[in-house]
Amino acid sequence: MTAAIVADDVSRTYQLDGVSVPALRGVSLTVEPGDYVAIVGTSGSGKSTLMHLLGGLDRPTGGTLLIGGRDVSTLSPNEMAELRNTTIGFVFQSFHLLARTTAQDNVGLPLVYRGIGRRERRERAAAMLERVGLAHRITHRPNQMSGGEQQRVAIARALVTGPSVLLADEPTGNLDSATGQSVLALLESLVDDGVAVVLVTHDRDVAARARRQIVMKDGLISATR
Amino acid sequence: MRLAEAWRVALDALRANRLRSMLTMLGVIIGVAAVVALVAIGTGTKQQIENQVEGLGSNLLLVVPGRIQAGSAPTSSPLTLDDIDAINRVVGDRSRVAVTIASGETVRAGSRTGFASMQGVLETTPTVFVRRLDRGAYLTRTDVSTGRRVAVLGAGLARTLFADRDPIGRQVTIGGVRFRVIGVFEPLGQSLGVDRDGEVHVPVTAAQRLLGTERIDGIAIRAPDRERIGELSTAVVAALTERHPDTDFSAVTQEQILGVLGDILGVLTGVLAAIAGISLLVGGVGVSNIMLVSVRERTKEIGLRKAVGARPRDIGVQFLLEAVLLTTTGGILGMLLGGGTALLVDRFTPVPAALTWWSMALAFGVSAAVGIIFGVVPAQRAGRLDPVVALRTE
Repeated sequence: MTAAIVADDVSRTYQLDGVSVPALRGVSLTVEPGDYVAIVGTSGSGKSTLMHLLGGLDRPTGGTLLIGGRDVSTLSPNEMAELRNTTIGFVFQSFHLLARTTAQDNVGLPLVYRGIGRRERRERAAAMLERVGLAHRITHRPNQMSGGEQQRVAIARALVTGPSVLLADEPTGNLDSATGQSVLALLESLVDDGVAVVLVTHDRDVAARARRQIVMKDGLISATR
Repeated sequence: MRLAEAWRVALDALRANRLRSMLTMLGVIIGVAAVVALVAIGTGTKQQIENQVEGLGSNLLLVVPGRIQAGSAPTSSPLTLDDIDAINRVVGDRSRVAVTIASGETVRAGSRTGFASMQGVLETTPTVFVRRLDRGAYLTRTDVSTGRRVAVLGAGLARTLFADRDPIGRQVTIGGVRFRVIGVFEPLGQSLGVDRDGEVHVPVTAAQRLLGTERIDGIAIRAPDRERIGELSTAVVAALTERHPDTDFSAVTQEQILGVLGDILGVLTGVLAAIAGISLLVGGVGVSNIMLVSVRERTKEIGLRKAVGARPRDIGVQFLLEAVLLTTTGGILGMLLGGGTALLVDRFTPVPAALTWWSMALAFGVSAAVGIIFGVVPAQRAGRLDPVVALRTE
């Protein structure tokens, strides 16, 4: 089986008002299918930048990055969009659900960009909501749901396309600990299904549950556990 | 992304900001309504004038001394009744030739006074032009040849002078000379800005005696068919030029008059529509403005959509459709408003208005185009947003 993500000496430098600001300075990392990786580090350590690169939201300025076996430096913006749609699932700290949109249609959103019709989208979204334990919230809107429920909707949205990698950026950051635990349990159940889960966190307890921990500092991997 | 889905998203976005969407649309609505209503009024006026010119009669040829062109001085007419005999020979049918000598005169009946356009005419007038009598009879050939002082009153003049009494057989004085009323015309209304119900027709001979002149002002000929108008026009002008070598004569047909009037009104309508079009343009700028606000407000949404696989084009199309939806909805509402205004104007004011499909189609097409043109920049901006930056935006 090929690795889901391979990063080899990846760097990312931002140009801010003509000044080069290095955010990543050569990171190498492999994420296998079914991996469970926690990226930890203080803010400004480059973990968010790494996350964006691994998710195909951004491109490295140096090194090679393979996502799903494809070198992102050779991909057009449209191919990058397709890659994000098919290979990656994102879960954000602040959920990023569309307001005024039902849980079902929020979950079905990625399928819109696959040209899948509304009926099939709703069927698949309903099935995915059932899987995350929200069968009773299908027609609810984000403002009618608790934070934990909203994050489950976001996870269902990330999973509806059947991605090989799920990237979660502080998935429990806005949740109380009990709710956070159940969200983590949900993510961990995916690992058993063969989905690679990469989560960014600065919560040590959360990080400790992962199989591997990558500690970021000043744009470099300072330790792996 | 399927287009149907994109429409749905655009519609949702507009519904979410109903008041803002309505206000933005208002600019387009007003612009389109103004174009439709003004073009309708221009077209209606043109049709009315065409109807009036055509209502004079068919295949008419009008012959007047002088040149018909801008800036030429009015020519005093050298034409007399003797010329008519020559024209009759050219035409070959005296019932197709009418003449006129016109003068504004005060007309009295008892204590009532009216001001009328006195027309000295031949008995052929009703066969050359379309003039129908309401009561009595028209002038006869004998009336003309003997210069009998008889008069046929326009409907308006008859009402002014006699109110509800029957004017037939009664006396009127025209320019101080007594005439007997023998007929009254059917009402005609205004024509080319002239109140034709204020006319009084008298034998041309009687009019000439009253005015102390031998001249006649103009000749009208009704050609047997459309094809022969040109030929007849040349022959008549040639015959008149032979008799009056020092004078130019001009012959114009109804079609030529219609052509000139139509051109003038067409230009006027175009200018009005263009002015109205400017307000449509301003409306378009409003759409552009609000779309930029919308893109900014929904930066996070754009970032998320990109994260889950939206291509730049998908985002661009979504915002472009939103702009187009705004302007086309505004366009439809504007068409209804403009059409309704035109119908009300036509119904309740003397100004005529006629709705035309092309003006509606044009206004709608322009509003859709305005949406595309003014939506492109915001849509491109949305499409090009960096997803990382967009997601971070608060």
